[in-house]
Amino acid sequence: MKTSYDIIVVGAGPAGSMAARFAAEKDVSVLMLEKDRDVGYPVRCGEAISKAGVEEFIPSDEKWIAAKISKFSFNAPDGTEVILDFGEAGYVLERRIFDYELARTAADAGVEIVTRAYVNGLLFENGKVCGVKYEHQGEQKELKAKVVVAADGVESRVGRWAGLKTHIDFRDMESAVQITAANIPVDQNALYFFFGKDVAPNGYFWIFPKGNNKANIGLGVSGIIGKKKSAQSYLNDFMNKHYPNAPVLTTIAGGVPCAVTLGKISAPGILLVGDAAKQVNPLSGGGIASGMIGGKIAGTIAAEAVKMNKLDHILKYDKTWADRLGKRHETFDRIKNGIYNFSDEKFNNIAHAVNKIPYEKRTLGKVFKTALFNQPSLLIDVAKVFII
Amino acid sequence: MIEILPDKCDFCGCCVGICPEDAIEMKEAEIFIIDQRCTNCAKCVWSCPIEVIKFNKDGVPVK
Repeated sequence: MKTSYDIIVVGAGPAGSMAARFAAEKDVSVLMLEKDRDVGYPVRCGEAISKAGVEEFIPSDEKWIAAKISKFSFNAPDGTEVILDFGEAGYVLERRIFDYELARTAADAGVEIVTRAYVNGLLFENGKVCGVKYEHQGEQKELKAKVVVAADGVESRVGRWAGLKTHIDFRDMESAVQITAANIPVDQNALYFFFGKDVAPNGYFWIFPKGNNKANIGLGVSGIIGKKKSAQSYLNDFMNKHYPNAPVLTTIAGGVPCAVTLGKISAPGILLVGDAAKQVNPLSGGGIASGMIGGKIAGTIAAEAVKMNKLDHILKYDKTWADRLGKRHETFDRIKNGIYNFSDEKFNNIAHAVNKIPYEKRTLGKVFKTALFNQPSLLIDVAKVFII
Repeated sequence: MIEILPDKCDFCGCCVGICPEDAIEMKEAEIFIIDQRCTNCAKCVWSCPIEVIKFNKDGVPVK
């Protein structure tokens, strides 16, 4: 290990690994510190991602594909099912393998990685971040860096220590629980979404297949709902009703920041990526692909800054992110706020209306148009998403 | 007073991300509230997906 690095990345999830890799590919020295004992574990994720989202970063590989997705199944509160066909749309991942592979690509690019390294503070010089404090093997240590990349997930404490306001409003946090269960006989090529106040108020309940009739089953609830009833309690109700005897292979909790990107994701000496920057798609709650994109942009800009010996260059990150995805997420967030306020009756009516569209003519765009027929202001937002 | 039950915690980080005061310290399998910073706002209680954070007001647990 060196005594100082050009770039130190805190957190080895997809966003951290991609920040580290794209920086190292520009020939700067990069260290990535992971708090947990393993990269990629525990998995706190529904694990669904689009094929395009993956392949911008790593070629598809059977070893981390649990299921190939070609259909979406949307389920209204009254049980009406709307099926949409997408062709080869995406995957449900084995993230414990996928994240490992992403970190491996970073290592191949020259990144040094240390696990069980708990970052607990930042170093400053003239008000600028210039390194990290961390605990490793029982010792408190310090390391200097020209740029720190905070990829510390939903907790997002590293950014706070740099003076950024990273904590999330309790209304925007989707507090989630998920089990991976066996003997769930659903279509292994379809993602299932369930809506309604009984199953997942202000959000959705999901069943994502993982092959051989295994599935990730879970939901997230906003803090507003969580005040009255926890995510765990909703999950228990669903399982008791539909799959009372399903063998449970994994039980996990997690938080998804479903909001627009933080107002500021850079400060002198530091960049924030992934969940730590709230780069999650606020409509779907998906954050793997967008986190990797944020990581790639941050890693590239940080390395350029180091190479040019012009560290102010990193402050361009905010705008580059906004242009690539940030502005789009603002539109998604408005749509989310519209949809989450739909009544059960409205969901039912939409499902009935969409099912009148012939199956082969159903597209996500048409579904949205039908869904938002009575909500003209939202229609404009939806149109933007599909036109841009 | 807010209390986290560490033996039931999954260390998912929801409460840490929500806490406006940065008053929750969480490592790989260790969690505690930094009492000097906690304002008893209870947002962490509402955000916990598995109900392992309890808020006792005047000795009475409230959700």
